[in-house]
Amino acid sequence: MNRINQKLEESKRLLSIYFTAGYPNLNDTVTIIQNLEKSGVDMIEIGLPFSDPLADGPTIQASSTKALQNGMTSEVLFGQLKNIRETVKIPLIIMGYFNPILQFGVEEFCKKCSEIGIDGLIIPDLPVDVYNDQYKATFEKYGLVNVFLITPQTSDERIRFIDSISNGFIYMVSSASVTGSQSGFGEEQTNYFKRIEKMSLDNPQIIGFGISDNTSFTQATEYAKGAIIGSAFIKHVTSFGINDVDKFVSKILKA
Amino acid sequence: MNYNVNEKGYYGVFGGAYIPEMLYPNVEELRQNYLKVMAEPDFQKEFQQLLRDYVGRPSPLYFAKRLSEKYNTKIYLKREDLNHTGAHKINNTVGQILMAKRLGKSRIIAETGAGQHGVATATVCALMGMECIVYMGEIDIARQAPNVARMKMLGATVIPALSGSRTLKDATNEAIRDWINNPVNTHYIIGSAIGPHPYPDMVTRFQSIISEEIKWQLKEHEGRENPDYVVACIGGGSNAAGTYYHFLHEESVKIIAVEAAGLGVDSGESAATSILGKEGIIHGCKTLLMQTNDGQITEPYSISAGLDYPGVGPMHAHLCKTGRAEFMSATDDEAMKSGLELSKLEGIIPAIESSHALAIFEKKKFKEDDIVVVSLSGRGDKDLDTYINYFKL
Repeated sequence: MNRINQKLEESKRLLSIYFTAGYPNLNDTVTIIQNLEKSGVDMIEIGLPFSDPLADGPTIQASSTKALQNGMTSEVLFGQLKNIRETVKIPLIIMGYFNPILQFGVEEFCKKCSEIGIDGLIIPDLPVDVYNDQYKATFEKYGLVNVFLITPQTSDERIRFIDSISNGFIYMVSSASVTGSQSGFGEEQTNYFKRIEKMSLDNPQIIGFGISDNTSFTQATEYAKGAIIGSAFIKHVTSFGINDVDKFVSKILKA
Repeated sequence: MNYNVNEKGYYGVFGGAYIPEMLYPNVEELRQNYLKVMAEPDFQKEFQQLLRDYVGRPSPLYFAKRLSEKYNTKIYLKREDLNHTGAHKINNTVGQILMAKRLGKSRIIAETGAGQHGVATATVCALMGMECIVYMGEIDIARQAPNVARMKMLGATVIPALSGSRTLKDATNEAIRDWINNPVNTHYIIGSAIGPHPYPDMVTRFQSIISEEIKWQLKEHEGRENPDYVVACIGGGSNAAGTYYHFLHEESVKIIAVEAAGLGVDSGESAATSILGKEGIIHGCKTLLMQTNDGQITEPYSISAGLDYPGVGPMHAHLCKTGRAEFMSATDDEAMKSGLELSKLEGIIPAIESSHALAIFEKKKFKEDDIVVVSLSGRGDKDLDTYINYFKL
């Protein structure tokens, strides 16, 4: 069983952290992953940087630009992660835009992920129908979970379809926005969370975008299995470096 | 061979809609409605009337006598430079603003490089009393001050794109992000034949008035509808798409696309996508684009801001791959020389973009009785500074 599916069966609410690989320094990747696991994070999204990240706000864009300047590529990332499973047990997901993966070769990319022990992929600009027609079989061959996004504007019918072709969790974008553009949730969002909760989907949901602290994490996990934090973590790393991640995580989780 | 878009949004292997889920409802709404709306008699009536009374169409098809004598062939210029706002861009913005109104949108966003599409969008927003936000790279804002001023006079808000290379590609990214953040009330007027399906097809259809007019105008001039060649410059490819559209399936008509070679195709400072590009995904479609081996999109270069784009519309990628169109390129120097030549021979100062199309006469020999129609996509007023600096005028 894939580590993501195992993790989703645990009874706790899950905290997933996104970071951009190659930021702040090219070779921080493994240390960040190890520190996040030690500090109690349940799942990690490793961001493969892209020159034109359409769905991301200024924080993740800037970290991606820096990471590319530092020399990050798919090849370099796979090299850094080669022995990651000797030390890290929690699920690891690579999040990246489709063009770098397409240039690497989709099958080759999946194969590498599987060899290293990457459990899943999130590719925001790979459309559901293209995945279903052309790549689903490849992902399944290498045992990878592919994660799709839904938003407040996604119709119930489409959510049902996305649920039917998902095999891990559904990434619930909290509001109509790019990453890092808001904090806290209003009534509109909680109504959307409730609507999705009532649909009783086969795949659990994890909420992302707009989660930055204990309040928004608690709010989100009232309705969903877990929550994802990206921009707020990158800001923390920018200010405090990569050795203090437990301070960030404990503030989010504070019991 | 079919050169039009298929029902899934592809031209051969190119096209599609590679967009984040956040954009799906917007793009899907457009996909489901655009052909229906464009077919409505009421829409057509308003569109045609604005093209005539506001844009000033039909634009003349002008027989360039002295230029023809020089190159010993028959050259016709399709005078898109005479349109209101000075280029072909307005054909598309008039169409899209009417589309936006019918879809119940109240807010318009656009990207612009040199500012021509931004001005054309701001113009139709003023005309329709709609809110207009134009994203423009910080670097382009500095180099295109008169167009920034025009947009402001027309009531638009110009927002600098501060990310990445701070040029057209990044302005497009920012416009897409704005659309993600404003999914309900906003329509995004893309200015070129790029973007997720249905944009390339919709923009092409709005621009197809160019080739529609060429057909009947050439019939008046020459007694035949089809020229031997149609020629256009290509950045994203909207004027080219419009110029080719009604000839795509006329086998006797040869199609020539002229890209910007910048300082030379192999100089590292070029925008000749068909030669330097590989299949990939940019701004929501699969097409040919300039990128690193790792799939990062690279910065093109051309003296002409309108051709300074790392991709090419998916229809053009298909025309290139199938060999339906012949792709040529012109360097900065060749284009500038042709721009000066047209000014002196015909009394027409062309946009530097259009000068690229004219540059092929130095590179390709046509027969004496060949009829060659060149899209003169824009006028040179906006480029005066560049001409002044280049020729030390």
